[in-house]
Amino acid sequence: MARFSPDNEALARRIVDRYPVAKSATIPLCHLAQEQDGYLAPDAMEHVAELVGCTPAEVLGTASFYEMFKLHPVGRYCLNICTNISCRLLGASELLARAEERLGVRAGGTTADGTITLEDVECIAACTEAPALQVNYRYVERVDAAALDALIDDLRSGTGRAEEFPPHGTLGLVRQELGPDDLANVTPPGEQVEPVWFARNAAPTDEGAS
Amino acid sequence: MSERPRPIEVTDPVTITVDGRPIEVQRGELLIDACERNDAYIPRFCYHPRMEPVGMCRMCLVEVDTGRGPALQPSCMIPTAPDMVVETASERVTKAQDGVLEFLLANHPLDCPVCDKGGECPLQDQTMAYGPGESRWVEEKRHYEKPIEISPLVLLDRERCILCDRCTRFASEVTDDPLIHFINRGSNTEVNTFPGDPFSSYFSGNTVQICPVGALTATPYRFRARPWDLERTESTCTTCSVGCRVTLESSRDRMLRINGVDSDPVNWSWLCDAGRFSFEATNSEDRLTEPLRRNPDGSFSGIRWSEALTVVADALRGSDPQRVAVLGGSRLTDESAYAWAALAKGVVGTDHVDAQLGDGLPAAVFDLPGATIDDVCRPGGTVLYLGPDPKEELPVLFLRLKHAAQRDGVRILEVTPTATSLTPYAVAGVRPRPGELAAVASVLAGGDVPAEGVAGVPAAELEGVLDALGAADGPVSVVIGRPNLAESAQVVLDAAASLSALPGVRFLPVVRRGNARGAVTAGLAPGRLPGGARLGSDDHWSSTWSTVPTAAGHDALGILAAAAAGEISTLVLLGADPLSDVGDRALVDRALERVDTIVALDAFPTASVRRADLVLPVAVAGEVDGTTTNLEGRVSRVRAKVTPPGTARADWVVAVELARRLGAEWTARTVEALRDELVAGAPQLAGTSWAQVDAADDGVVVDLTGRGFDPGPTAPVPQIDSYSLRLVLSRELYDGGELLARSESLAGLSRTPTVGISVGDAERLGVSDGTALIVRGERGSLTLPARVSSGIPRGTAHLVHRLEGSDPISLLSADEVACDVRVELA
Ligand code: SF4
Ligand code: SF4
Ligand code: FES
Ligand code: FES
Repeated sequence: MARFSPDNEALARRIVDRYPVAKSATIPLCHLAQEQDGYLAPDAMEHVAELVGCTPAEVLGTASFYEMFKLHPVGRYCLNICTNISCRLLGASELLARAEERLGVRAGGTTADGTITLEDVECIAACTEAPALQVNYRYVERVDAAALDALIDDLRSGTGRAEEFPPHGTLGLVRQELGPDDLANVTPPGEQVEPVWFARNAAPTDEGAS
Repeated sequence: MSERPRPIEVTDPVTITVDGRPIEVQRGELLIDACERNDAYIPRFCYHPRMEPVGMCRMCLVEVDTGRGPALQPSCMIPTAPDMVVETASERVTKAQDGVLEFLLANHPLDCPVCDKGGECPLQDQTMAYGPGESRWVEEKRHYEKPIEISPLVLLDRERCILCDRCTRFASEVTDDPLIHFINRGSNTEVNTFPGDPFSSYFSGNTVQICPVGALTATPYRFRARPWDLERTESTCTTCSVGCRVTLESSRDRMLRINGVDSDPVNWSWLCDAGRFSFEATNSEDRLTEPLRRNPDGSFSGIRWSEALTVVADALRGSDPQRVAVLGGSRLTDESAYAWAALAKGVVGTDHVDAQLGDGLPAAVFDLPGATIDDVCRPGGTVLYLGPDPKEELPVLFLRLKHAAQRDGVRILEVTPTATSLTPYAVAGVRPRPGELAAVASVLAGGDVPAEGVAGVPAAELEGVLDALGAADGPVSVVIGRPNLAESAQVVLDAAASLSALPGVRFLPVVRRGNARGAVTAGLAPGRLPGGARLGSDDHWSSTWSTVPTAAGHDALGILAAAAAGEISTLVLLGADPLSDVGDRALVDRALERVDTIVALDAFPTASVRRADLVLPVAVAGEVDGTTTNLEGRVSRVRAKVTPPGTARADWVVAVELARRLGAEWTARTVEALRDELVAGAPQLAGTSWAQVDAADDGVVVDLTGRGFDPGPTAPVPQIDSYSLRLVLSRELYDGGELLARSESLAGLSRTPTVGISVGDAERLGVSDGTALIVRGERGSLTLPARVSSGIPRGTAHLVHRLEGSDPISLLSADEVACDVRVELA
């Protein structure tokens, strides 16, 4: 897999057009590619490079910074267990160990049937609901061993809670559906006088300040 | 580190205090440079004076007090301002340096004993000078596969990398080849390429030179020597005519490495990979090491020099001077070229002498008012570019032009037959049909724009260039060269003649061969005397020499035509290989057939050398002392670092020795004496005596005021044949030339030959990339895969000279102004 499909390529070109500098579309296009294939394939990065006018190395350099761009195929569900402080204090290490055992893969691995990729992640900002995890970046909170087992069973069979989770890679969906009228900041950089928010939040005049 | 701060002129001085000492610096220059210029060197890893600062390594922290109390600041990111107080060696600075080094070393393998950089490593040296001395690190270090090949020439050991961003910045900022990048940014940042997309930049070797650790190594030097075993000398690269300053580095009389030296007017420390690595040919097994004489059965046997010289002297003495010709010499030093010019013109008495092989530009271009590279790149200036693809032929000139266009507001207007590497940086461009450049030039010089356009260029495009020319701030510079070997050089001269009418215009002639300009200036051109004066216009040489030719002789193509007609009995080839390089194979073949005695001075057994009767082995760059003249007319020193193999000797020695045998009273016996003799007789070369050039690191530019440019008879405009495509024959950097073919690391890098055609013609023929096409000329045909390109105008076929598996010059004929070919499906 794969360069963009014709439909996605058309969408990609529309996304590129939203930016005064084509290269700025790199990350949105990486999202689009990941949505298409579930991960960011080498061919896709080459295609992104062509569309934004840079080298594939630059796309890789950018994409590889972000944990959430997967450079290798991942399972249908990406199961991220937080093991940072709050979660760890409330048993996340045990949860992770349990998940590894149940799935038969180490953190970072994908089950042989290609269903689940298990990841050990840093704080996902749900500390109040610790221990927390995510499936395809949707939160599951206050997880205990039984809840984890049930979740894994659902994900394996594709039933129950599994139906709540969108396919992997669709996180960037929202931004791509922006209508042409919702575009922000389409003035080419050279023509910008001052950022729009300056005018919007005009400073109060000095009158009466003395 | 070997870099030095960029020379600047202090126009807006401010005073700052550095370590208690007031110094005067330019307002706004970087603190790190200001301090270095004033003997307060600040250690650094990531800062490079020829690239934008990034503040990546923090080694350059100093205490800066601008009135708010001292604070540690990276001096590579801080512009100087009045009254700054700077401490470069306070306790806090030392502690910061300790800390930075300790962090840098945390992951750095301590494999200095097996590292190529050990001994010249900034990390090693600065750890010794500024570091903590002991490591507290007991944890495991990072591990990576080592080394990985990021290009056929460069290997990367990621464990040693300190992530200074020099190589990656160089790739994106200096050359626009961002094929290496930081990957996996975070705690596992590494430099790498995209899988399957190697760092195949023409400039990749520079990253090895600027890497402050041993992370990047180049295959030709890897594990060959330790830095302390190397002997170095400063010289000038003559692989092409840009004339980059280099250090030649050898060990045990073997050339091992070439590095760039920062010459502000020329190369800014950069080199191209051809210039950097083609020294490998010096050590080639194929070098000619003894004089050879052809036996009646066609084989060669070695003979002694004295015997060989006697044979040559006899051949010269026995021929009518009009039947003697000398071809080639653009590989020679100025002094060797002068010695041969003096021998041919002043002793033998022939003017059939040409350093170029019809692939350069006639001597007349050097009569045009000249521009230096700095003149052309003057910020805000406007450049008309009528040359070859600079990245392919004059790589470091490309870097300078690109920098000028990208950063100094120079507007490049391109007038070339196809798109070049410069096209993305040009503000406008037109693609005249080969053979009709002069018509476009005369419009640009102020003629009317005909509604139907000129030379295949639509009127609107011409207007675009004219508008840009009209908006030029100050005089225009014209870069002029041979973008198309299948087009007569006269076309270029005719264009220059029109453009010389532009007010205040100056020309930078770009001929590729290393010392073409020096050889012509030394007298190796028909109708010219040493120094460039025309025959008969000067009495210095007529009073010094025993004989002086009275009428202008033939140029290279004329010499070959005369030889083919049986009018030449002795032909001397000075490192020339007409069989491979002259655009008329059949003519050269007949010429070599009919000459009685062919004497070849060469370092390698080229195709033409194999046809010689007598072969004299000569020394190459790195083995001879002397001077060279770059395309600007800048005379700089070349130095000998290693001894030539066998009994090979410098070309000038052969000329001087022959002159003696021919009874000439010519006493110069050293390069110094030859140089001074040349300069004494040539007012244009004033200021370039041996002592003056030897003392000038950046060389000395000869007098560039124009003197009576005469383009000669105008070339006829070739007929258009609507069934044919017009041929553009250009060069690529990695071709099958002698030096590259014999440089192990470069030999495999040339591209597969293709025939380039326009998108329109491809549609008409129904072909796409890779379709086999037959290119048929009057003289022969080639079968090559198609390459469809939007950079090629309709009606044009684009071929590349001297690539393995393609021989386009077999299609050419010397007497055509342009060459038409039929292109059909194979
Ligand atoms: S490879 Fe060398 S030049 Fe490149 S980032 Fe690493 S240390 Fe710097
Ligand atoms: S640009 Fe020319 S002179 Fe400079 S290094 Fe390359 S070959 Fe040598
Ligand atoms: S520590 Fe787990 S969500 Fe913050
Ligand atoms: S030299 Fe200044 S931060 Fe590296």
